Amino acid sequence: MINNKQPLMWLPRVLVMLGVFLFLYVPLLLLIVNSFNANRYGFQWDGFSWQWYLKLFNNEGLKVAAGHSLVVAMLASTVSVLIGSLTAVALFRYQFRGKQVLQSGLFVVMMTPDIVMAIALLALFATIGIKLGFISLLLAHITFCLPFVVASVYARLRGFDHNIIDAARDLGATDAVIFRRILVPLAMPAIIGGWLLAFTLSLDDVIVSSFVTGPGYEILPLRIQSMVRVGVSPEVNALATLLLAGSLLLVTLSQWLTWRAGRARPQSV
Amino acid sequence: MNAASPLIQISGLTKSYQGKQVIRDLDLTILDGEFLTLLGPSGCGKTTVLRILAGFEGVDCGTISLDGHELLAQPAERRPVNTVFQSYALFPHMSVWDNIAFGLRMKKVPVAEIKARVDALLETVQLSHLAQRMPNQLSGGQQQRVAIARAVVNKPRLLLLDEPLSALDYKLRKQMQVELKKIQRQLGITFVFVTHDQEEALSMSDRVAVMQEGRIVQLGTPRSIYEEPATLFVARFVGESNVFDATLVSRIDERHARVALEGDECTIDDGGRFSPGDRFHVMLRPEDLRIGEMTNGQLPEGLRGTVVERNYKGATLESIIRLANGTEVIASEFFDEDDPSFDHSLGQQVAVTWVPSWEVVLPYEQ
Amino acid sequence: MSNDRLFRQLSIGLISGWLIVFVLLPNLMVLLVSVLTHDPERLVQFTFSLDSYRRLFDPLYARVVWDSLLLAATATLLCLLMAYPFARAIVALPRSWRPVALFLLILPFWTNSLIRTYALKNVLGAKGLVNQGLMAVGIIDEPLQLLFTEVAVVLGLVYILLPFMVFPIYASIDKLDLRLLEAAKDLGANALQRFIRVELPLTKPGIIAGSLLVFLPAMGMFYVSDLLGGAKHILVGNLIQTQFLKVRDWPFGAAASVTLTVLMGLMLLAYWRASRAIGRKGGELDD
Repeated sequence: MINNKQPLMWLPRVLVMLGVFLFLYVPLLLLIVNSFNANRYGFQWDGFSWQWYLKLFNNEGLKVAAGHSLVVAMLASTVSVLIGSLTAVALFRYQFRGKQVLQSGLFVVMMTPDIVMAIALLALFATIGIKLGFISLLLAHITFCLPFVVASVYARLRGFDHNIIDAARDLGATDAVIFRRILVPLAMPAIIGGWLLAFTLSLDDVIVSSFVTGPGYEILPLRIQSMVRVGVSPEVNALATLLLAGSLLLVTLSQWLTWRAGRARPQSV
Repeated sequence: MNAASPLIQISGLTKSYQGKQVIRDLDLTILDGEFLTLLGPSGCGKTTVLRILAGFEGVDCGTISLDGHELLAQPAERRPVNTVFQSYALFPHMSVWDNIAFGLRMKKVPVAEIKARVDALLETVQLSHLAQRMPNQLSGGQQQRVAIARAVVNKPRLLLLDEPLSALDYKLRKQMQVELKKIQRQLGITFVFVTHDQEEALSMSDRVAVMQEGRIVQLGTPRSIYEEPATLFVARFVGESNVFDATLVSRIDERHARVALEGDECTIDDGGRFSPGDRFHVMLRPEDLRIGEMTNGQLPEGLRGTVVERNYKGATLESIIRLANGTEVIASEFFDEDDPSFDHSLGQQVAVTWVPSWEVVLPYEQ
Repeated sequence: MSNDRLFRQLSIGLISGWLIVFVLLPNLMVLLVSVLTHDPERLVQFTFSLDSYRRLFDPLYARVVWDSLLLAATATLLCLLMAYPFARAIVALPRSWRPVALFLLILPFWTNSLIRTYALKNVLGAKGLVNQGLMAVGIIDEPLQLLFTEVAVVLGLVYILLPFMVFPIYASIDKLDLRLLEAAKDLGANALQRFIRVELPLTKPGIIAGSLLVFLPAMGMFYVSDLLGGAKHILVGNLIQTQFLKVRDWPFGAAASVTLTVLMGLMLLAYWRASRAIGRKGGELDD
């Protein structure tokens, strides 16, 4: 595929890349520019202004919703990382009956459209009588984050030579030591990555949340939904800019952590 | 070496995976301080024997004792047995030094002693300058040495090596063979080495156990394995060989007999094992064969045929001779530049002979 | 040893239990609800009936389902047409540059998808960038009606779901053994033949996986059609949402969801068969 001898072979590739990135970024850049635009509708530049950010900070409902979202995302990603990492370690270490079923099950959950999962969980909560709100939201978010965490941690562990576990036992390590000193350190970058992935998935979710949360517990995406549905809302531009900056920070942080922990890369075969 | 005192005694070992027997009623005694090689093709069960000794696999039945104590009851982490893995299995998140120190730390050896032992061993394997490197910064040969050091630093009674040289290139492999042998002699640890490379097995071991389908078919010194293979399988697996079908025609005396061999007749030393009409095999190594040319229009007595191929092998010249009945024979001769008859030409009529009683007589197999 | 057993049972038990309680059980409930009867008072009435499924084929709803399938399929195709050349372009980059390109691809994905939909809405509006640009160049005199059309919905779906198509395709192109293409070249295949007979079949699992990851969620993304398509029932997702949250006809909503699940099952089956055909393990949580 790589053939640099023919002239201009690279041109279509560059155009494709440029096109895709423009498509992805122009709408977002416009949003960011308009978040500093004094003009409410953003069709023309009326000068620099912080007013939408100020309005944003004075919007109490939004702040409460953002707080709720952060709490749910933190807890959901932490719990799913705990369960998911244990699962990944079990999948890596053990052969057991039903392993194939479990793996396929997780894969199916990962592929399930949000809307299908949403109504299934709604049906469950309604039947066993869990009031829609914080608890139901948390349980739902853990459920859809889990397979992604397992996939990320398991994929990393699978990159390592399976014999290192036998080697550790051979050298006298007990199972607790193998878990603490071999598996967890090796999986750490994926555990961090899995946590961040779960955190974003949770913050981003609209579909499942709109089914399983109640009026008493509003979260950010739903609040945004009601804001943008009404019409033009420049505060959303400001919010989008802040979220973008936040995720950029988070991603950079995770890259740095991965880089630091990544000294133990899977050995190339 | 404290010869003849047994370290490990395996008896009646049987193991199957999913209903398929991989080890069948295997008995083996490993002597203290020896270098024993398990040799066999892939799937013969040699690695399984190693994994059972290490404690990674259980057994269906049989016993293994080490110094008279039952070994199977102990989990892998408590056996005085260490393994060098084929893939090395170095911990990728630990430095060379930490990898080697791992086993001693697990045994809660005092810090000062760990340091002394690890440093000393690094010296032995010539890796002191790489102590703080990570495994993925090392070459294959260096990783190999770390893997060996990590195992032997624990002073195991028995060191198991699972095809440890198979990932190295030819030259490095030769070099490591010598080095491993040296380490073994220096430390006096009993080595059990698994390989499918017969040359490696012959050159390194004190004794070789040839395995076939979960059994040991021959156990002996490299020389006896090569020169006196017990079965057709061993003869064919270890070294190059010519195997002929033979039928005894008549006895000459208690040791010798006339046999029909691939369409010709010749005299064989069968030790008096067979009677007229019996079928058996005669095995000859290529280097044991001589090629006789026509003198005065007369071929010497032997297996007559024509030279169909000649391959230059550096120190030797290999000729392939097709006999009258179509069987092809490989003969390899050392160069003797003074011998005018040495350079056989393609299509030449020759007779294949050998020094009497160098032939190996094997029981008939399908 | 007993610690080991405990750890093993705990970890396997925990995940199995979670999946049974929060995935298997709820989905069985939905299946059950879908064959029950709607009751305005008590949500469902325990009378067996296939009415809900029959209603899905009623012209009014069949139209929604069909349109939704078409929209999702169009979005999937568009994603594929963009993602494949894009993934190839990434693979063609020097190895050290690839993570940067992939990072730029997922960066927007880390922001809220609602916000991204909203961003697209601003671009597509009557006074949005697209119309202003086209008018400035003089291609059109009047603003086009882009917003609140099916075109906008398709674009929105592509915008949100594109990375999900790129990643599996990138992975399968990256895994492709370049020597196979050289071998094909050596055997006299031209560029098009090499692409159709070697590259495409070998990257099929990636294509199918990407299509699954775009097509299935696309049918459910009611908020995209809410924002960009106006208040019409365009996607099955809108239908299910309305039935569950507004009309409260659970059996009907459940039947629509079960239909979607069956569709997913069929597509997963196709994916597994395609991956097995070229000897790769599919369905094992591969990245």
